[in-house]
Parts: sequence; C-alpha cells; structure tokens
Amino acid sequence: MSDTANDDVLRAPLRLEYPFIRTTGAVVGGFLTGLREGVVLGAKRADGTVLCPPLEYDPITSDPLTELVEVGQAGTVTTWTWNGEPRPQQPFAQPFAWAMITLDGADTPMLHGVFVDGPDAMSTGMRVSVQWRDEREGHIADIAGFVPEESA
Amino acid sequence: MRDVAVVASMQRQEPSIDNESEVEYMVPLMHGVKESIGITQADVGFTCSGSSDFIAGQAFSFVMTVDGTNPVPPISESHVEMDGAWALYEAWVKMQMGEIDIALVYGYSKSSGGSLRDVLATQMDPYYVAPLWPDAFAIEALAARQLIESGRVSLEQLAEIASRSRDHAASNPHAIRTAQKSVADIMAEAPIMDPLRPSDIPASADGGCVLILAAGDRAKDLCDRPAWIRGIDHRTDAHTLGVRDLTRSMSAKIAGQKAGVGNDKVDFAELYAPFTTSEFLLTDALGLGEDTVINPSGGTLGAHTMMASGLIRIAEAAQRITNGDGDRAVATAGSGPNLQQNLVCVLEGE
Amino acid sequence: MSGYQQDPKIKPTALSGEVTMPAAIGAVEQVQSVRTPIAIDYIATPGASLSAYLRGMKQKKILGDKCPVSGQVFVPPRGVSPVSGQRTTEMVEVSDQGYVESFNVTRLPIKSRPDLNPPYVSAWVVPDGANVGSISLVAGIAPEDVRIGLRVRAVWKPDDELEESAANILHWEPTGEPDFVLDDLRIIGKPGGQQ
Repeated sequence: MSDTANDDVLRAPLRLEYPFIRTTGAVVGGFLTGLREGVVLGAKRADGTVLCPPLEYDPITSDPLTELVEVGQAGTVTTWTWNGEPRPQQPFAQPFAWAMITLDGADTPMLHGVFVDGPDAMSTGMRVSVQWRDEREGHIADIAGFVPEESA
Repeated sequence: MRDVAVVASMQRQEPSIDNESEVEYMVPLMHGVKESIGITQADVGFTCSGSSDFIAGQAFSFVMTVDGTNPVPPISESHVEMDGAWALYEAWVKMQMGEIDIALVYGYSKSSGGSLRDVLATQMDPYYVAPLWPDAFAIEALAARQLIESGRVSLEQLAEIASRSRDHAASNPHAIRTAQKSVADIMAEAPIMDPLRPSDIPASADGGCVLILAAGDRAKDLCDRPAWIRGIDHRTDAHTLGVRDLTRSMSAKIAGQKAGVGNDKVDFAELYAPFTTSEFLLTDALGLGEDTVINPSGGTLGAHTMMASGLIRIAEAAQRITNGDGDRAVATAGSGPNLQQNLVCVLEGE
Repeated sequence: MSGYQQDPKIKPTALSGEVTMPAAIGAVEQVQSVRTPIAIDYIATPGASLSAYLRGMKQKKILGDKCPVSGQVFVPPRGVSPVSGQRTTEMVEVSDQGYVESFNVTRLPIKSRPDLNPPYVSAWVVPDGANVGSISLVAGIAPEDVRIGLRVRAVWKPDDELEESAANILHWEPTGEPDFVLDDLRIIGKPGGQQ
C-alpha cells in the first residue's frame, strides 16, 4: 500500500462506560444511609478514635469496625487546593476548593468540595460546615459541599 | 539470592504518538532490544508487561501488544495492571526460583487519547472519593500544601527540584520537557492547582520501555557491565487518604530499607516522582544525601509515560551503570494516589 | 472442617459482626447499593495499519497485513504479525468474497444492537486471500441453511454512505457457488481458497 504514508491521522470519539451499581455492605451502606437521613457517621475504633468516612476494617490494626457513631456537621480544613474550572464529571457547578475536612468528633479527614468565592477565602484550619442537597438518595454527593461556618 | 542483572533496555517517549498503535510502536523496541544483545524470543524464558485498560480505553488491551512478543509457539507470559517495574519484579521472582535465565519486561501507555489526570480519578475509593472526580493534580496538591505548611519544604526548594530536572532533561534525548528554566522563573509561574505550578507536575508522554533481565553467567555473556539487582522490594500504604500522613512516604522508607539502599553510598538515583513534592518525599524516605545525583535523566518531570515511567527509571539507572557513569544506583517506581505504592531497586556494577 | 476446605455456608467470623447504627437515626431502610457510573471520553487513534484498512473500507476494499516471514495475510490488520512477531510493512488487498469457517445462530435480542432481529447468524468469514477470518453477519439465507464452507460475498452500504468504517459491510450473503470443502480442519490458518 503506497498511501500508508498519509499523514492525516484518523480520529474518532470513544466513550468507555461502566454504568455500575455497587453493593455497599453494612458499614458503607450505614454511612450512606446516614447521609440520606442528613447525618454524618463515623466508625469507632478500638482506641476510641473515630474514622470518618467509616471503613469495614481499621487500616492500621485491621480490626473489624462495627460501631457507627454520629459525628458533627462542622469541622476543620486540614489542607485544600483551588479547582478553578469544574472538570467534566465533577458534581460541582461552580469553581470550588477541594479540602480535607476533619469533622468535629472524628479523627480522620474526608475529601469534599468547599464553596467560597476564590482561593483567597481558603486557609488551613478554617471552619466549614455541611451543605446538604435537598434531594438525597444515599450517595457521597448528598453532601452538596461545605461552606465557611459563619455563612452556614 | 540469585544474581540477576539488567543487560539491555530501549525506550521511546513523545508528547503524543498519533500515527501508531501501541503494538505498532512497541514492536520495534521489543525487537531492537533483543537484537542489541543478539538474542531472539526463543532465548526468553518469561515475558511480562505492565499497562492499563483505563488509559487505553479498552478492556484487556494488553493482549493486542502480546502479538508483538512472537507468541507462536506459545510463550510463558504474564501481565500486571501496574507500572512495568512490577512486571520486572514478577520476572525477578521467577528468576530467583531458578526456572529461567532471561526475561523480557515491558511497560507502555498512550495516554494522550484521554485526559490522564481525570482518568486517574477512577483509581480512588469508589464509594467516597471517585464519585466526586478529584483529578490527579488536585489529589497531589492537597498533599503538597500539607508538606509546605509543615515547614519541611518550601516552594523555592520545589522550584529548585523542577529547575534541576529541566537541566538534566535537556541532555536526555527521550525527555520532552527540556526547556531550561531558572528557579526565579518557576517561582513566578501561576499555579495550575494551587500550590502546584506547571513546572511541579509531570511531563505527560506516550511511549514505552522494554528491558531484558539475565541471570548469572548469561548476564555476563550478554553485557560487558551488567547492572546487578542487589536489592528490590515494594510496599504499599493504606488506600484511604485520611489515614495516611501525606507528608511522609512510609512505603518508600520500608522498601528502601528492605532493598538495602543505605548499605553503601549511592552515586545516583532515578526516582519515580511525578511531582516535585514526590521527589522531596522520596529523597527523604530513602535517606539520599548531597552526594547522590538525583534524576540525571530529568525524571518524570522531564517525561512521564504512565505505566512505563517506573520501568524507565530502572532502565536509566542500569544504562548509566553499564556505561560506567557510576557503581551504585537506586531506582524507584510508584503507583496510586500520592505514591501509595513504591518499589525500590538497588543496582550495582562490578 | 479440616485442611484448607471451608464450608461455604459458614460466614467468616470477622465479617459476621452486626454493624450498629446510632439510635438517633431510627428504624429506616438501610442503603444497600449505590450508583457509581463511570464514563470516560477518549479520542481514539487506530494506528497506521488499521488507518489504512479503514481508508480502504471507504473505497470498498478489504486490506490485510502480510507477514514478512510467513507470507500469511491478516485481516483486519494490526501492524504486526502474530505468528512472527514482526512489524508488517506490506499491505495487500483481499477479496470481498470468501467462505464461512464457523458460525452460530443468535436467538435472543442484544440490548446494544436493537437493529439485529433474532434469529440471525454471526459467522467467522475468511475472505479469499486472507489467512484468518473475522466476525461478520451472514444474511440472505435461512439460519438453518448456513453451513461451514458456505461461499459468501460482502454486501456493502450504498456508495454515498461509505465511511472509514468496518460497518461499511452490512453483512455477507451466499454467492451460490459450490461450498468450499473444509474436509481437513488443519486448513484453518491457510490462505482461503488455496487448499
């Protein structure tokens, strides 16, 4: 074939989809049940600290974790970054900050979005609180995001 | 431990390889590396590769590339959904069992067809994190801020890492980010994902690497100065970001101890450090000092071919030993968010 | 139980602990599953050999890769010969006629192909001049009359609908020629029509 030397590259859009529904088990399912009901749950560990969001097993000791306890709906930012343009699949409509947030009563931080006007409004150690989505189904995005505590 | 060495390698990295499929561009590397030491697939006792379906956009994508290994008659072969460095580890273990003397290892990806930083969100916890689609830069930026605010590293030190990597990349024909840039100019860059700047993030490339391991006398027959693997270990941290100290790499530290990094001086280190922050964490965890040249190839800041970059670190370190540029080197490979997994390999010349 | 066998009816003890919820939540229905759809968009580039094949399809030509060592012809081409492991450099046009090497009859609908009405025939069709076949549809014949060795020809889309796509061949239909006799299955992998 002589025309293999053609420099024009063929291109076609390709979408790979995994339209999965995952079973949760009792611990993840318990946490998501809490979100649907408007509360945040963590798992109590043998040393009394609380892992939030909860896992079935303690990542440090591998003990099974079976006691879910309610934690606060406000907490402290332990680190953050600014997400200028929401990326295509993110469940956020406007620019936002990613943050690791340790909720009151929990001892480990969770990842979520914080709604502020810009990066200048973010700082490590700032207080934020949950903003719930009106329609909830038992999903991590039942938390629409977090907002600075004073504006909650 | 049976003596096993890297005796040959070949790599290709480009910003994007549009006009060839993975197997089309890997076959010349597979044949080239075998021809360079005068062997054929019949001499190879085990073939192992690393690649990712999520990057290729195709299920079981690695089977397409297997055709290039000459699997007629059938060959002993395996694949890992990890960087090719883990394929090398599997081959090394098989060689320790004494079953085979020569192994062919490769890793590759053509990530330019998708948005790699977003594709990598699919490796996060599927219940709590992945549905929010944090991209790879955001996940690293969260760790970077903690590291900087801990006072252990400054933005200026990170800029020095970026500037030095560019200097080194300038003399590496496989690097793609080769424009030199001063620390002051990097300090002036606007953040791409605060606090990370464009020079702090990996230079994403398409490509791959093929490498040959040989044991004992076969290695000496095939290479004038084989790069002997004197220690190799890999460890993983917990997956949940909230339970990790993101300002330290425990997995790299333990893997480094097990591999014997600190047993002698290290002339140079090729570190799988996609971000400047990762390089700081790794040099800290491995206890590398001023007398060790870090990433003489420019590292993953100079060219980062996902699924091959770790294997390329081993290939780069081995090539320098074979060339006589040094006697003892460390190479690392990594995987997962915030370098969850780390593989450390100690290479020596004789 | 002894040895490594475990009674599948006995749950591992670590997993059997009851998970307790705070009393404040009350007796609500527990979440047992969560939707986690993933969709990733790519721009696919087929590579040099498959690009030439797809361009050939637009001209109603079927192109294959010729192995530089064995001379075998592979359709669709992938740029490498699976038998020699060599990068292919020569492409050849094969016929749009061939024979059925194997087939099956599908009697259930497939969700992703609403255009296919069961029962229909999927066949491994080897074009004349090629050494391997590829999966294709065979139509224009009752499913119960399809057989190994059946001679078929490609039915192309109308010229004004041709694209760089393998879907240009709608299906294959019988030519009416005498069957290709595969009296020895070792013929498989040898050039079609060249016994």
